Amino acid sequence: MNRRHLLATAALGLSLAFGGAASAQDKTKACFVYVGPIGDGGWTYQHHQGALDVQKAFGDKVEIAWQENVPEGADAERVLTQMALGGCDIIFTTSFGYMDPTNAVAKKFPNVKFEHATGFKRESPNVSTYNARFYEGRAVQGTIAGRMTKTNKIGYIGSFPIPEVIMGINSYYLHAKKVNPDVELTVVWAFTWFDPAKEADAAKAMIEQGVDVIASHTDSTAPLAEAAKAGGKVIGFGQASDMAEYKPSPRVSSIIDNWGPYYVKRVGALMDGSYEQADAWEGISGGEVLIGEITDAIPAEVKAEAEKIRDDIAAGTYHPFTGPINKQDGSAWLAEGQTAPDGDLLGMGFYVEGIKGDIPK
Amino acid sequence: MFGGIDPALLIASLMVASVPILLAAIGELVVEKAGVLNLGVEGMMIMGAVCGFITAVVTGSPALGFLGGAAGGAGLSLLFALLTQVMQANQVASGLALTLFGLGLSSLLGQGYVGIKPPHTGVVPFGPLADIPFFGKVIFGHDPLVYLSVLAVAAVWAFLRHARGGLILRAVGESHEAAHALGYKVRRIRVLAILFGGAMAGLGGAYVSLVRVPQWTDGITAGAGWIALAIVVFASWRPWRVLLGAWLFGGITVLQLNLQAAGSGIPVEYLSMSPYLITILVLVIMSSGRGRAALNAPASLGQNFHAAR
Repeated sequence: MNRRHLLATAALGLSLAFGGAASAQDKTKACFVYVGPIGDGGWTYQHHQGALDVQKAFGDKVEIAWQENVPEGADAERVLTQMALGGCDIIFTTSFGYMDPTNAVAKKFPNVKFEHATGFKRESPNVSTYNARFYEGRAVQGTIAGRMTKTNKIGYIGSFPIPEVIMGINSYYLHAKKVNPDVELTVVWAFTWFDPAKEADAAKAMIEQGVDVIASHTDSTAPLAEAAKAGGKVIGFGQASDMAEYKPSPRVSSIIDNWGPYYVKRVGALMDGSYEQADAWEGISGGEVLIGEITDAIPAEVKAEAEKIRDDIAAGTYHPFTGPINKQDGSAWLAEGQTAPDGDLLGMGFYVEGIKGDIPK
Repeated sequence: MFGGIDPALLIASLMVASVPILLAAIGELVVEKAGVLNLGVEGMMIMGAVCGFITAVVTGSPALGFLGGAAGGAGLSLLFALLTQVMQANQVASGLALTLFGLGLSSLLGQGYVGIKPPHTGVVPFGPLADIPFFGKVIFGHDPLVYLSVLAVAAVWAFLRHARGGLILRAVGESHEAAHALGYKVRRIRVLAILFGGAMAGLGGAYVSLVRVPQWTDGITAGAGWIALAIVVFASWRPWRVLLGAWLFGGITVLQLNLQAAGSGIPVEYLSMSPYLITILVLVIMSSGRGRAALNAPASLGQNFHAAR
């Protein structure tokens, strides 16, 4: 405890020293913490594209640094402390599991700005959170899934049972059900963000059960690689990144995370002094969630239907969670015409009516 | 069908799922039997994965790809051999460094290969045998590496138990001083064992990138090398138990995903932790048998040998 205290004090002193030096040089240092490798072709890859956009936008005025494969938990705290000591002015922590480490380290370094992706805790004034409304993209995917399935079995590979993933599952299912009342959803929890072999096994297990449309909420392209082995009988979606190498099938569309505009905006605000604590949650309309090209493997009328959902969401005329919607146990959640409040979504811990199985705790 | 799962499909996919860890573990078993502890299995596997992938993509031949993978793993293990057998460096530290180095180097080599599909590895054509109900799917529907991995276990078992070379290898692992006094080239034997271990790990890695998940992604092995290391201890350095351990680990992972997909009521948490629970259980049972497991570990494991000492 003593040692930690000492470290914290030393860290504070150093950060002040470095912080002073950095502002003297007039160069802002933006740092990024990644949960997987940049080469995952998905989640981390997209965050890194955003980081590169920052470099492009500000050129010499900005220095970027990043660390890949940082485990969620105690290791993250060490990495964050090191970054803060190393002169980072703003640190983006890009996975849900960094929530507590980010808040803990932020307390020790009040002069460093912390931005935590997909979380909801902002315990000190220098912590902001940002997220994207991926469930809007899931609505588009669900529509395609419901129309395209021949076995009426669709699948979803979940990573961890957190609100972010659960709202994706619910949105996917609701929209598949809307166009195809007979559809059944199979959810498999992989309990990892990145393990290509396990993700492929999960996809394989579902295909063996007769699932023919697979959406995934993990970071690699492995589920699509597995779907490709089925020889055209199984389709899936690009997740986080376009995953265009699996076009036109099995990848028939995708959700693309577009973090660049947000990163550029925040780093820019830090540089011109207009930076404030924020809780950002943009979706399709804000350009943070892009829907990748819907390929010709999908019939034109289904494509048009999916694109209409996308455009309605973008225009703000349609909310993917619009009542009446019941919870899995049959109790009412949203009344007719009511849309889901953000608070409900961010703390979502239940399946909607019709999904089978329990959410692991 | 029971519980919505087809047992034939389940057994078939567990055999496929356990090939990488089985190959890596049987290689590491030989290395440890020679008295060398190489913790760099993960690094060698991922080097095998990237080298095998690149070779297969460039040449268009999966067979050459597997050879390339084995060469990649063996190449990296040569570095370990140089450090520990020539420079007398600490084996644990060198092995860990090897893993870190392998992960980084593979990421560098794989830069231009993300998103490419490798040539397809076909199944061995057994003709009418593949149509036998149940057994056709379970036994006769796999790619060559599945059979090779089982053959490798049999070969290692026969070599260690019945061949003169195996006896010498075990002697080196049990007491390098005594083996040296008898005139055996301790270092040369160990280097050869390390190379074999590297090649097998590389082969296992290539299986991941060419068959299991036919693509290259950074960090694709995702800890399989560590499981292989654990299986060697789990198997108390016996080849057939390595096979059992690998199928158990591979099997339970596949089983738990299948049970989820089939919508069984068993909570996911229990399924996810079951491989580890079983490992602990087996270790407890083994070590309670009058320390036989401890006796089974090669006596010179992890110790460096220098002839002048």
